This record gives sequence, C-alpha cells and structure tokens, in this order.
Amino acid sequence: MNYKIMKKHFLTLVLAFLPAFAFAVGGGAKIDHAPIDISDTESIKRGAKHFVDYCFSCHSAEYMRYNRIARDTGMSEAELRENLIHTTNEKGEPTKVGELMKASMSDEYAKQAFGIEVPDLTLVARARGADWLYTYLRTFYADPYRPTGMNNLVFPDVGMPHVLQSLQGTQKAIFKTETRQGVEVEVIEGLEIAQPGSMTTEEYDAFVTDLVNFMVYLAEPVQNERRSLGFKVLIFLAIFFVFAYLLKKEYWKDVH
Amino acid sequence: MGKLIGWIDDRFPLMKMWNEHLAEYYAPKNFNFWYFFGSLALLVLVIQIISGIFLVMHYKPDAELAFASVEYIMRDVPYGWLIRYIHSTGATAFFVVVYLHMLRGLMYGSYKKPRELIWLFGMFIYLALMAEAFMGYLLPWGQMSYWGAQVIISLFGAIPVIGDDLTLWIRGDFVISDATLNRFFSLHVIALPLVLIFLVVAHILALHEVGSNNPDGVDIKKNKDENGIPLDGIPFHPYYTVKDIVGVVVFLFFFATVMFFFPDGGGYLLEHANFVASDPLKTPEHIAPVWYFTPFYAILRAVPDKLLGVGAMGAAIVLLFFMPWIDRCKVRSIRYRSNIYKINLAVFIVSFVVLGWLAMQHVTATITLLSQVFSLLYFGFFVVLFITSKNEETKPVPDRVTT
Amino acid sequence: MSTDVVDQGKRRFLTAATSVVGAVGAGFVAVPFVASWMPSERAKNAGAPVEADISKLEEGRMMIVEWQSKPVWIVRRSQQTLDNLPKLDENLRDPASENTDQQPGYAQNAERSRKPEILVLIGICTHLGCSPTYRPDIAPADLGDDWLGGFFCPCHSSRFDMAGRVYTGVPAPTNLVVPPHYYLTDTTILVGEDGGAA
Repeated sequence: MNYKIMKKHFLTLVLAFLPAFAFAVGGGAKIDHAPIDISDTESIKRGAKHFVDYCFSCHSAEYMRYNRIARDTGMSEAELRENLIHTTNEKGEPTKVGELMKASMSDEYAKQAFGIEVPDLTLVARARGADWLYTYLRTFYADPYRPTGMNNLVFPDVGMPHVLQSLQGTQKAIFKTETRQGVEVEVIEGLEIAQPGSMTTEEYDAFVTDLVNFMVYLAEPVQNERRSLGFKVLIFLAIFFVFAYLLKKEYWKDVH
Repeated sequence: MGKLIGWIDDRFPLMKMWNEHLAEYYAPKNFNFWYFFGSLALLVLVIQIISGIFLVMHYKPDAELAFASVEYIMRDVPYGWLIRYIHSTGATAFFVVVYLHMLRGLMYGSYKKPRELIWLFGMFIYLALMAEAFMGYLLPWGQMSYWGAQVIISLFGAIPVIGDDLTLWIRGDFVISDATLNRFFSLHVIALPLVLIFLVVAHILALHEVGSNNPDGVDIKKNKDENGIPLDGIPFHPYYTVKDIVGVVVFLFFFATVMFFFPDGGGYLLEHANFVASDPLKTPEHIAPVWYFTPFYAILRAVPDKLLGVGAMGAAIVLLFFMPWIDRCKVRSIRYRSNIYKINLAVFIVSFVVLGWLAMQHVTATITLLSQVFSLLYFGFFVVLFITSKNEETKPVPDRVTT
Repeated sequence: MSTDVVDQGKRRFLTAATSVVGAVGAGFVAVPFVASWMPSERAKNAGAPVEADISKLEEGRMMIVEWQSKPVWIVRRSQQTLDNLPKLDENLRDPASENTDQQPGYAQNAERSRKPEILVLIGICTHLGCSPTYRPDIAPADLGDDWLGGFFCPCHSSRFDMAGRVYTGVPAPTNLVVPPHYYLTDTTILVGEDGGAA
C-alpha cells in the first residue's frame, strides 16, 4: 500500500470514530454541502482570483499576506502581481507582495455606503463553515422590500448586494402557504432563475465552489501542511510505541 | 559521572531526592489503566507551560491588538500555528486527564484516610485549573472569549450587597475591556501557573509521604519484608517509569490526532464564534462555555433564580472537597463495596456527562426539566453516599493486592 | 526480586533504543519552538528590498534609506574622492576588501561599488553596532590632518574611509558592509537583492 492510500484509509478510520461535528444553523434554511477539495491548488488559485475580483473591493482579508497564496499554490511572483495585486499604498506605489490583503475601500466609506462595517473575510470560513458560505452565495433572491432589491435564504435581510448577480442571474422565490398554529403563513419553498446570468447553474456552482475553497484555505492556510505533518508525527509515535512497549514488557518480567 | 554526582551530593540532596521519589519510592505493583492519568496530568502541565511561554513571546495583551496577534501567531510566526494548537489542545487534554484522574480517586477511595490532604491539594489544583482555563479563554479576544467572560463575571453579581461592586472590580471597567484583558493575562501567565506548580508539588509530596493507594485499596505498608520493603511494592523507577512512557506515547497519539486533524474539534475546542473579533455590541447566537465547564453551567441554568443558581453551581464543586468526610465507609476500593455504592457512583458519572451535554443545547422546557432532574441526581450522589456509607455492607478486603 | 535469569543485554539494548527514539522525538519537538524565533512573515515583509531614487543625490552628499530596519547609506563620490582612495591603502586593515563577508563579489574592487561614484553601505559600525557619522570634510581639526573624508564612529572612535574601509589601530575589525543591491534604472537602486548577478 502506498503512502497516499494509507493516509486516506487512516483518515477514514479516524473520521468514522468521531461523532459527526456539525455547524448549528439558524433560520431553518437547508444548507447545501460544499463540494470543495482543499488540496486542489488549481481550484484555490481560481478562487483567489474570484475573491480579488468580486469580494476584495469591499472586504479585506487583513490577516493574510499576498505572497502566502503564491507560496502555497506554487504561483510565481509575476503571476501573483498580475492576477491578485491591484492595489497601491498611500504613496501610490504598487502593494508589496508580502503585504496584508487590505481592501481598497476605507472603513469609513463602507460604513457610509452600507450602514455597517464591512466584515473582514479572512476567518469567515472558520466562523460560518464552508457549507454555509456555499449556500449563502447561491441563495440570493429578488425581494422588492430590501434596499438592495435582494434577500438571502440563509442570511435574512442581508445588507450585502448580490455582487455575483451578473454571473448567476436573478433568482425569485417560489412561495407556498402553510398553516402554522392555525395561521396561514407564506413560506419559501425554493428558488428559481427568473432572469439568466452569464453562467449556467453548473458553471455558477463551480465558480462558487472555487471561491469557497479559497476562503476555506484563507481561513487556515496551514491546513494541508498541518495534516501531512500530523501523519508523520503519528508514524513516529507508532514506532516509539513499539520500543517503549517492549522495554516495559522486559522490565515487568521481574514483577510477579 | 559518579564523581560529579558525589560532588553535588555533598552540597545538594540529589541522590536522596532521586531515591525518595523514584528509585526507592515503592508503589503498589497492581496499578491498572486508571493510574496513568497522574503522570499524564504532570506531562500536560509541562506542555502547557512550555507552549505558553512561547505564545507569550508573540501575543499582545491589548484589546486593540490581541485578536490580530493570535492570527499573527497562526500565520506569520514560523510554526506559530503548531505552538498555538499545542496550547489549545493541551487545555482540553488537561481537563480530560484531570477528570479521569479524579474519577480514579472516587472509584478506589484514594481520598480516604490518610490521603485526605492529597485529595484537598488535588481539588485546589482543579479549582486553579478552572480559573487558569477561564482566564486563558479571554485572551484570543474573539466573540466567545468576550461574551463567555461577560457571563461568568456577571455570576459574581449574584452575590448580595457587594455583587455589583465586585463585578466592577474584577473587570476594572464598566464592561469587559482592555483593563480586564490585561489583568487576566497577568494572572493566566504568571500568578495561576505559580499557584499550580506549588500545589502540584504539595500534591506529590503528600502522596509520597503516605504512599500510593491501589485498585484494591489495601495498605501495602502492612506487609513488609525483612528489609522494610513492602512485599507488594515495586520501585517506581524503573518499573513505573517504563510503564508510564508507554502511557505517554499512547496519550500523545490521541493528542496528536486531535491537534493535527481536528484542532477546533468541530467547534467544541475552538468555538466558531471565536473566529470573529470581539464586539461589545453584538452577542453571538449560541453561547456555551467550553466543554469542560458545561456540567456546572447546566446546574446554573437549571435553577430559576440567579443567586441560588450560582450557589448550586458553587456547591457542585465545593461538595467534592468534602469527599473524605462525606464518604464514611472504611473500605476504599469499589471492588469491595456494596452495589448501592456502585450504582450511586454510576448515576453520578452519568449525570455529570449528561449535564455537560445539556448545557450545550438550546434552552427549551424539556432541556430545563432534564437539567433539573440530573442536577438533583448529581447532588443526590453526595446525600446517598453520606447516608449509606456509614454502615455499608462491604465484601472482605484481602490482605495483599490481587493481580 | 525474581528468580528468572534477566537478560541484561536485551534490557540494555531496549533501554538504549527507547532512549534514542525518545531523544530524536525530543529533537523534533524542539524544532518548532526554536524556529519560532526566526523572523516572522511580518518582519520579512518589513525587511523586503527597498527602492532608492538617486536622481536628486548631489556629488559629495549622502542619503539614507531604511532596509531591514537598518540605515543604508548611499553616497555620490566625486572624482577627487575616488582618486584619494588608493593613497590610504597602507593605513587600512583590509584595503583590497579580501574579507568576502563584507561585500558581494561585484563590490570587491577598489571603489567597493557597482558604479565607481555611487557608494552603498550598511551604516552600522562593525565594532559594536553604532551608526558612524558621515565626515566628508578633509583634515578637520578633530580628526587630524591625514583625514581624507570618510566615516567616524562616535561610540569608540573607529574610522572608515570613503569606501567604508576600516583604518588600522581602531576597534572595528572589518570594513563596513556593502548590502546586496542592483540598479533597476540608471537612477534607481534596489537595496536588498543582487539582481541575479552576485
């Protein structure tokens, strides 16, 4: 058995013995599973580009350095500059590759434009979970009562406009009537595309998958290294165990 | 080598200490699985002190900088992530090991005469550990750090007359603030570790004065050979050192598995909301203490009165201090005690675990009712024990340890 | 304690083997703790190469840029200054810059620079880390008649010439360090990188 397969078997084993940890979900909306693969660096690279293109004008990732992405995904410094670094410092010079990912929009401006502070996104995947993000980015729907004209299934009355609307198109809610405690209430049964965007649903889901994959990476860039180091540590401990156990057995021959 | 040791021995009791505590400390030969957790607790203490020392080199105890400095450790400091995960996993490991160690004491009557002081020192260690963990949890300055501390400090407000002034004094401000963070940091990294080390030394000295108990609860000092060595005793070193090494390796295997593959333990070890910087204006949706405090938190929530709730929670811990006097049975080990005792202890363990689970659930009428039932069962343990242990029907205890 | 024959050889072997594996493990554990003292990504970013624009630097003048939180001096030397350099050789400890730790290969020449007139130095005395003073004036009263311009360290009176070469008879042991640098354009220097040509 080679190393990779062993690793997989081991992980399955470990996972099987652990209780299913799940994020608690508010609002009762159904959360879709995000089909991400954190070891897929190409997907992370695409996701990083999507992040910079669509999220980064408002949201910072202020604990992350640009060159960390390049190092972890095998991107060259030139590629990094071309694809991801579009900001300048206060003197107008291009941002250094080792700088933190600070969005170009100032906090004061954000507060004025959206009425709230725009949250930093470095750790949002650890705070909310990948599945929540994946669902959130796919469940915006038209709601004329909202100032942005859009609402969201998992984040009711969200303040953020649907920045990916041109890609996804506009979804509208399908309502059904339910009787709760003797009162008839309208509940959302599902969403459907009312006006198509530039992508098909499959393309859009793949786009969001890459973006979420990047954000999961962003929340803990060390995670691939962490797992591979952990595997080595466990192998070492297994070897140590053999010697320690034999030593114990040898000495305990004395004890009757 | 021998010469060097001789030189030192003339000036410092090196070999005397080595012999007293290791090479000529005679421990019962029938220690079982449950006897690993004392040495493991010591190991975890060392792990926490070393990883803690290195975290302090990079952490900033400042409300403006604390949260970012933790992410700085996680991302920018070489291997900072590993040191931080060692420390966060170590906190959980500490309580796992200590709870199992305490359970061992309950099962084999290790708190009984002449080991009452060992138990008391141990309980003070547990208390100091809870304070240490609570203050440490504020330091990452995330939402859970902030609001968790807010809730716990508010408990002191339940105390009549001085309550409000006391909470103000603890916080040093009208809300949890930079002042609170700074004093908790000082206590977490200096005061409480010193207290812990002192108590651990006292705990071990007291143990080595009277000798270790064992799963049979028999006194091995009653049967000695012609040299005054207990017949059922074996020198701690090398027998228990080599055995404890095996225990340490197995423990580290579990430790590394959690640390490298599940460092946030699905939100139970590092809570999701703690990845959001603290915000005094917004409480997170679900507030639950870290798992090791949950049984006591459930007792607090079960009582529909602030002062009585805090009192019940305090009593749940304080009662444990009095175990040597609540349990009046002369027989130590569960092996030779009555079925009433066995059932009583089993109910106690189950209610402790269930209370822990209940505290993590949303409050509903059912959850509150269950919390009340299991709180009663928890306290019932002490009452039943006090009543039944005086004239308990016990089995005969053997003269020598069994293997 | 036992009547069985104890195999001391096996016991010794297992004790040694377990100790060795344990020691190796302890060594591994030490790695992250030792490594955590190395410069962090933040420090590396702050110490990243810096650009210096020398278009406005006049002859005889010195400008200072900060690289890795250290002062880096850039001096535009006159032809007169350059002509004076060889005259001092016999008063210097290492006139030919033979100590290769003190400058990259491209600065191991008479002027200790890539372009003869432009001197780039780390402004830290090689004695105990003070920052010397720039003294381009010739034969001032306090430095003596044989002073042909250079750098004087106020801490322990170490003297360096206009190429950062150390005089004999002063506490500083070696010449001032020439940092890695190269010309991005005629008037822009990047301090901190060799530009491939080391």
